[in-house]
Amino acid sequence: MPLDNAPDSKRKYNVVGTRPLRPDGIDKVTGRAKFGADATAPGQLVGRILRSPHAHAKIRSIDTSKAEKLAGVKAVITRDDFPDHTDGDSGLYDTMYNIMAREKALYEGHAVAAVAATTPAIARQALKLIKVDYEVLPHVTDVDDAMKSNAPVLNNKMFTDGVDPKPKKASNVARRFEFGHGDVEAGFKRADIIVERSFKTEATHQGYIEPHAALASMSPDGSAELWCCTQGHYMVRDVCARILGIDISRLRVTQSEIGGGFGGKTTVFIEPVALALSRKANRPVKVVMTRDEVFKATGPTSATSMDIKIGVTKDGLITAADGTFRYTGGPFAGCSPAEFGAMSAFAQFHLDNVRAIGYDVLCNRPKTISYRAPGAPMANFAVESVIEELAHKLGMAPIDFRIKNAAREGTRSSYGPVYGQIGLGATLEAAKNHPHFKAPLGPNQGRGMAAGFWFNFGGQSCVSLNIPIDGTITVSVGSPDIGGSRASMCMMVAEELGIGYDQVRAIIADTSSLGHNDVTDGSRTTFATGMACILAARDAIKKLCARAAATWGIPEDAVTWEKGYAKPAGANAGNFQPLSLKEIAAASPGTGGPIAGHHEYSADGAGVSFATHICDIEIDQETGASKIVRYTVIQDAGKAVHPSYVEGQFQGGAVQGIGWALNEEYIYGKDGRLQNAGFLDYRIPVCSDLPMIDTMILEIPNPGHPYGVRGVGETSIVPPLAAIANAVAAATGVRFTQLPMSPPRILKGIEDAKASGAKKAA
Amino acid sequence: MAKVIVWGSLKPHTGGKTTVEIEARNVQELLARLGETYPGLQNQIKRGVSVSIDGLIYREGWLEPLKPDSEVFLLPRMQGG
Amino acid sequence: MSGIKVNTKINGDPVEFMCEPDETLLDVLRNRLNLTGAKEGCSTGDCGACSVTVDGRLTCSCLVLGAEAEGHNIGTIEGMAHGEELHPLQKKFIEHAALQCGVCTPGFLIAAKSLLDKNPDPTETEIRFGLAGNLCRCTGYDKIVRAVQDAAKDMRKSNSRKGA
Repeated sequence: MPLDNAPDSKRKYNVVGTRPLRPDGIDKVTGRAKFGADATAPGQLVGRILRSPHAHAKIRSIDTSKAEKLAGVKAVITRDDFPDHTDGDSGLYDTMYNIMAREKALYEGHAVAAVAATTPAIARQALKLIKVDYEVLPHVTDVDDAMKSNAPVLNNKMFTDGVDPKPKKASNVARRFEFGHGDVEAGFKRADIIVERSFKTEATHQGYIEPHAALASMSPDGSAELWCCTQGHYMVRDVCARILGIDISRLRVTQSEIGGGFGGKTTVFIEPVALALSRKANRPVKVVMTRDEVFKATGPTSATSMDIKIGVTKDGLITAADGTFRYTGGPFAGCSPAEFGAMSAFAQFHLDNVRAIGYDVLCNRPKTISYRAPGAPMANFAVESVIEELAHKLGMAPIDFRIKNAAREGTRSSYGPVYGQIGLGATLEAAKNHPHFKAPLGPNQGRGMAAGFWFNFGGQSCVSLNIPIDGTITVSVGSPDIGGSRASMCMMVAEELGIGYDQVRAIIADTSSLGHNDVTDGSRTTFATGMACILAARDAIKKLCARAAATWGIPEDAVTWEKGYAKPAGANAGNFQPLSLKEIAAASPGTGGPIAGHHEYSADGAGVSFATHICDIEIDQETGASKIVRYTVIQDAGKAVHPSYVEGQFQGGAVQGIGWALNEEYIYGKDGRLQNAGFLDYRIPVCSDLPMIDTMILEIPNPGHPYGVRGVGETSIVPPLAAIANAVAAATGVRFTQLPMSPPRILKGIEDAKASGAKKAA
Repeated sequence: MAKVIVWGSLKPHTGGKTTVEIEARNVQELLARLGETYPGLQNQIKRGVSVSIDGLIYREGWLEPLKPDSEVFLLPRMQGG
Repeated sequence: MSGIKVNTKINGDPVEFMCEPDETLLDVLRNRLNLTGAKEGCSTGDCGACSVTVDGRLTCSCLVLGAEAEGHNIGTIEGMAHGEELHPLQKKFIEHAALQCGVCTPGFLIAAKSLLDKNPDPTETEIRFGLAGNLCRCTGYDKIVRAVQDAAKDMRKSNSRKGA
């Protein structure tokens, strides 16, 4: 439900917009904060998982008898320990299949068995004693290969959904999506210039530094506790309970501090396994993934193959845009974000004729899971590369070409709905006027830019706010704090109550203490859970005013709340000394007992988000090595609650995008095995690779939030891929259509261009 | 009657139309009638849809009221990172 | 079980522990001594989340055996603050919002302290290379570098006051 109380643009904030210290700061700089792997329980066992060495294999049988006999082994589990309780829910069935293979192992690293033992050494030894009889099957990891008619089919019951007529032959194409409006063919006929290009991007991993960890304790009576690092402990509770066939209320999940997620911790992997081991052993069991397991069996995002065609008139108006987006989803249907890629690809433009077709494609890779603005960065890379090329062909400055065709209020978006107030134009204008845009470039340097979009959403949140007798505040929220959200929650509550930030403390409640909260995803927490905090504070204010009214013997509506005090609403209400929050709280035992505010809802009206990025890159023409020399992020935040953490989201997203553009990739061998499952060979950006990342926060209020807040977490990863590709093209004169643009690939591009130039000259 | 626009690949289930008109007071009613009129859409509705009503996206919000002239887009269920 | 008895000093305190021959110092710290500030991000020395000092030298504790700690001085994040007084780096990391999730933070603080112990006035480039062994996926490093610059400035000021 969108709020009626749209933001008051003249409102002066006391706390929102300042930069206070985060409440969990000291815990996190002293090593005291407890992350997933830091928990222990009395008598806990070590859980370890046996994983498939094959990319695709039928599991004929699993013999665990020798492992079970090993001294110190307390439980061994396989697919047989997960009877199907999913009741026709195909998504849940696939999740269960992913955490423990059933008929087939579908990718290298797919879990096939697990043990719980008294020591790590015994657990390791036990895994070696488990005999799995595999029938190795042909595999496919490349998205284009997987779509070929002769490709090995992963699921012979898979008939492409969304095509007419329904196919008669099973294939790896799970679903086809189509979005758009107008008539693209007619639009292309009106075009003076058309650019058509194909692109490929490799899968990348979210790359959180903390591997998944879970400590489970389950009793034979079906009651259970779980401690784990996740973006959504309510999701973990619901999914685990349903997989294990127990009542949801019997499982209590406590969320540890979380060492990064970026979408990768929005599902379960080891949690149901730890619970099942604990149930069988009747002892607490702790499972912690290794980095190798994280790369092979969690994440990643899709690898893609895309075709883009855009036509323009010679005055620079886009007449038609058409794109095809093929995304890997791993071995299960509906897991790739192909639809979000297709929906977001052209969202930054005002288009009369647009079509985007998405394909969700199965292959023998780990099950694809969300990664920050899922699906959008790769589509944006393809589209914004073509846009830059068109601008050059037109002889127009790319920024002016983008401004001319930018989506604005009233534009029908490429995915359908008509935009309300949006901040794209403002980010483009700000980019054009930014000093970075006019700064001189050095030798071998090039500048690129791109604009990007993400939807943002709200979702379910539940907040409880308690006022102890000294008038300080505790706020219980159910959204895991991944990047400082406790601070923002406290700030919004302090703002509403008119008290100091230091009077408010937020905690992340466990699943038994608070109503359901959706996963921290979709850039929803500061928006949706933050708004629930505001509304819970308003609920508390109502109760505080009622206590003051009762004390004074006047009607409740004759009392108002101002800067931390209850006051008579006007002269008619009577002449009473204002009562402070502290005074009302101190009197609460005698005036009706404890005072608490609550709010629970499903938030909507999140407001879409746009960003424009500018990047300068220097290329060593001899080696192909690249160096980002300057980078600027300009994004609309609606209203920045804690500007430091908003800047942090901008910078972090940009740098993940830089890694994606330049170095990060899943490299598969011919055997379908991942060849770079470690941080040495899967190279995420390090400190010495980068310059400072400049940020500019624009504040175009979101009408769906009382302060105008928009989500900011995801959009920042959308433009970097294209901005960098455009900068590389400017520096080298070569257009790269495949990511990552690693040094060998850039060098080859430069050498090929030289050779074909020499050929032409000859 | 609210105007409902389905994404292109659902066309086979709506007799080739991308826009259909449905009489409904809220999203829940709209989805129910949509499923009754076009049984082929039931699978997708069960799998999860989000809607946009007059430009605003609702991930859930079954009880969201519809105006007689509302423009409703059926969208795949929103997810994020 | 062939346990090895090890005598060492951790954060200045004498510590005696038993460990297996194949057990890393990181495992000993975390699982035997309950010093869980050092984190395991990779176990291959690539991420720096397990950074400690061994006789003042920056080390990935996942690459050292527990038994090798015999007779050495180990420094961990738990020993960085002096009583109630945070180390200037710890203060500046909080002030500059140089952490988001915070899992890499102990490692960065140990690495940054190790850098400033050797070089009290590093350039931005020296800071960036000094911290290149530590991975952070949240911040893009910008605010980390600024926090280290600011802490170095404060530490130089207070050292010169002490000197005078």
